[in-house]
Amino acid sequence: MPEKQHPANDHPPVDVVGRSLPRCDAADKALGNTKYAEDYFLPGMLYGKVLRSEHAAAKILSIDTRNAEKLSGVRAVMTAKDVPHNETITRFGQTHTVGGFEGLYRILADKKVRFMGEGVALVAADTPAIAEEAARLIRVDYQPLPGVFDPFEALKRGAHRVGEESSNLVCYYKVRQGDITEGFAASDVIVKNTYRVPFQEHAYIEPEAGLAWIDDDGVINIQVCTQVIEHYREIADVLGLSYNKVRVKGTWIGGGFGGKEDITVETYLALLTWKTKRPVKMAYSREESIICHGKRHPYIMTYKTGATREGKLMALEAKLVSDAGAYVYLSPWVLLYSTVGAAGPYKIPHVKIDARTVLTNNTFSSAFRGFGVPQVCFAYESQMDELAERLHLSPLELRRRNYLRKGEATATGYVLEHYAASPEAAEKALEALGEKTKSKSPAVKIGRGIGSSMTSYGRMVFLHDTSRSYVGMELDGSVTVRCGVQDLGGGQASSLAQIAAEILGVSMADTRVFIADTALTPIAGTTTATRQLYMSGNATSMAAKEVRKNLLDKAGEILGAEPGDLDLRDGIISVMNDPSRSVPLNTVVRACASSGISLFHIAQFNAPARELVDFKKGQGQVFPDFTFGTHAAEVAVDVETGKIDVLKLAACFDVGKAINPQAVEGQLEGGTIQGMGYALLEDVILDKGITLTPSFSEYLIPTSLDAVDVRCILIESGDGIGPFGAKGVGEPSLVSAAPALANAVRDAIGAGIPDLPLTRNAS
Amino acid sequence: MTTYPVRFLLNGTPVEVDVAAQDTLLETLRNKLWATEVKNGCGKGDCGCCAVLLDGRAVNSCLTLAVQANGKEVVTVKGLGNEDDPHPLQESFIRKGAIQCGFCTAGMIVSAKSLLDENPRPSPDEIREAVSGNLCRCTGYKKIIEAISDAAPKCSPSD
Ligand code: FES
Ligand code: FES
Repeated sequence: MPEKQHPANDHPPVDVVGRSLPRCDAADKALGNTKYAEDYFLPGMLYGKVLRSEHAAAKILSIDTRNAEKLSGVRAVMTAKDVPHNETITRFGQTHTVGGFEGLYRILADKKVRFMGEGVALVAADTPAIAEEAARLIRVDYQPLPGVFDPFEALKRGAHRVGEESSNLVCYYKVRQGDITEGFAASDVIVKNTYRVPFQEHAYIEPEAGLAWIDDDGVINIQVCTQVIEHYREIADVLGLSYNKVRVKGTWIGGGFGGKEDITVETYLALLTWKTKRPVKMAYSREESIICHGKRHPYIMTYKTGATREGKLMALEAKLVSDAGAYVYLSPWVLLYSTVGAAGPYKIPHVKIDARTVLTNNTFSSAFRGFGVPQVCFAYESQMDELAERLHLSPLELRRRNYLRKGEATATGYVLEHYAASPEAAEKALEALGEKTKSKSPAVKIGRGIGSSMTSYGRMVFLHDTSRSYVGMELDGSVTVRCGVQDLGGGQASSLAQIAAEILGVSMADTRVFIADTALTPIAGTTTATRQLYMSGNATSMAAKEVRKNLLDKAGEILGAEPGDLDLRDGIISVMNDPSRSVPLNTVVRACASSGISLFHIAQFNAPARELVDFKKGQGQVFPDFTFGTHAAEVAVDVETGKIDVLKLAACFDVGKAINPQAVEGQLEGGTIQGMGYALLEDVILDKGITLTPSFSEYLIPTSLDAVDVRCILIESGDGIGPFGAKGVGEPSLVSAAPALANAVRDAIGAGIPDLPLTRNAS
Repeated sequence: MTTYPVRFLLNGTPVEVDVAAQDTLLETLRNKLWATEVKNGCGKGDCGCCAVLLDGRAVNSCLTLAVQANGKEVVTVKGLGNEDDPHPLQESFIRKGAIQCGFCTAGMIVSAKSLLDENPRPSPDEIREAVSGNLCRCTGYKKIIEAISDAAPKCSPSD
């Protein structure tokens, strides 16, 4: 297979792709038909419950489960000693592993607890109430440890050791480009600041849930809301089973945003069903969800940026420290994204980045939409506005003079191979704000700001990413797609339907996508890293084209025409220049079937693969491609009360090609408002590792009254590497919203706020 | 445990179910009557995705006791329409792209229905106010507000 493919770009879309059609999953969701992970029941099922640590750092002296076991209706109680392989390694969901980045994952705490909410014991019982009571009856003797809750403290000699390793430092990356001393010497203006960003909670409205059972063939089945059905391998490892004895079936997910990328309920369910031989269901409460799953990493970022009098960026130096929390999970990868993205979408000759991630006894941090990029984007975009002010240039003008263009090299030495839309996007985003609002009172200041970003889509190229998809033509002319994508709600399944329908000349209504089942759908990789449209969209398009080719060949025979002269649309194959010569698709399908011509195809799409980058100098290609865009914001700040009102928000992104413009807008609108929450409201507060914000009455996310209508502008350059030239927007849509708002507040009050949320110290 | 028989109309069908005094309407609908279209997002009145109409008014079923439904009429999103005859709100949510993960949708449509019954032509601000107890983490609300505005003229209280 060629190393780099653009399989669909030779097929100009006609009927289905590019139109704002209702998504294939929308009607069932509106009618209340869709089943989510907690909506399944099986006869004889038990209810699982996790006993969680109330301490952030403690030794476990003993666990006494006898009273719990004696309770009537309790069917199993398990602790670390009952787990066949209690320690496993997260390998990021897919078959290709890279050494040195694997995160330890412990199913149940053993000898010590590292964070509040860590699982200590499991219970399965006849009812949820009995399970809860049994968990209460388990006696755990803890010896509290001092713990460490600040990454800088954790780096000090003699600090409390969170794990078993000799240091709390998880990893350290560097980027060295040019000569930083020379760069600052050549700068006329230098700005320097330290930025802090908080833990952010995903707050998907559906808490984690699942149901597990053992089939008559001895296979453990787990039906769960997950972004990664391929965790079946890790689950099998925990139980010591072969990989073909565990099946994970993903449900329609009630939101994920990265928070359902790590394993949640699945191993617990597998263990309990394996032990009891009964179906077991488990659903987290909202509090449990907030306390126990990974958060967006807090970062402390010291930035120094220099430019010439003409506004040419010369040097950027950044020191990043992130709080990984109590377990490694995806922290090294998140940090790598931050490191590679630390200099933003700008051309800077001299760059020096030092990035570290550190264990503490806080809730662990892991994947969250943007994956380490929103943090650094807030920092470098704040620096840009600080510089613009000193240089007496408008923020837009300073950026325009420095944006990376196609053919130019990033700080990590990667030469951009595709259109980089930054200048166009920034102008259009700002323009979309329209006329500036007039203040109605002297105490209320109006301000505007922009934030630009380049965010990758697709996984890191040294992971050798792949996806597979099956496309088949049924005998009645309807189309079946089988693809192991997990659907988070972003339209992952629907976009595949739209692509297959387009290529096979049928309607969306005649196309059905079966998703997310490790037993039945070809493995398509994780729904993370803004990769599904790119990866599985390409795989689906490749498979559909093979089927199309067979159909056109057969139709050519029937019509006595060259296959290349045929057109397939609306269920009819006709000769392009002579539409009177045509044959219904159904007839061709039957003709293929009776002459043994294949009506299905499974395709594998391989992303471009590169060698691992050198982490001492940070040079090399890390990502397949980037999405460029800008957010613009207008705010009103009451300088007497500190109250910030968001008046307008705009997002302009080069999406390559909008497969479904309405769905793309939906991503931009939702991502922007999540970014607004990050800027203004959201803050997981921990006191010595204890979560003080475990519900939606303490952890506030934007409501309909907080949100404004996001003005979306789509640029369609056609220069993406996804199907039909599409790029990914799921994560990019969030990244630059917070800095746009922060810069708008700076513009309003004449001073920058270096910490998120911006309101932390106000009112 | 003492249980009480509770009778009510669920989407037009009479149902009878034994509940404990502390059982919520949400648990009862989901676990005893299999009305799983009613969602549990927090169990504490913070998210709105468990909203149902109780005698025509939207309530959070997680904060309502099952016994409070006795003798009343409960309508969930499924009671508003179906495949063959969707409610105008359902239709416009589908058409306007107001649904992403869909987990908030059932509660959102129920709250919108309650609003339109009281105020058939709400302004966008009134809509924002009316659904402010319904959290949505996916959409940013814009298309939800549009969908409700769009459906308003097509709805009649009898829908
Ligand atoms: S579940 Fe009832 S308000 Fe959240
Ligand atoms: S559509 Fe996902 S929470 Fe509203």
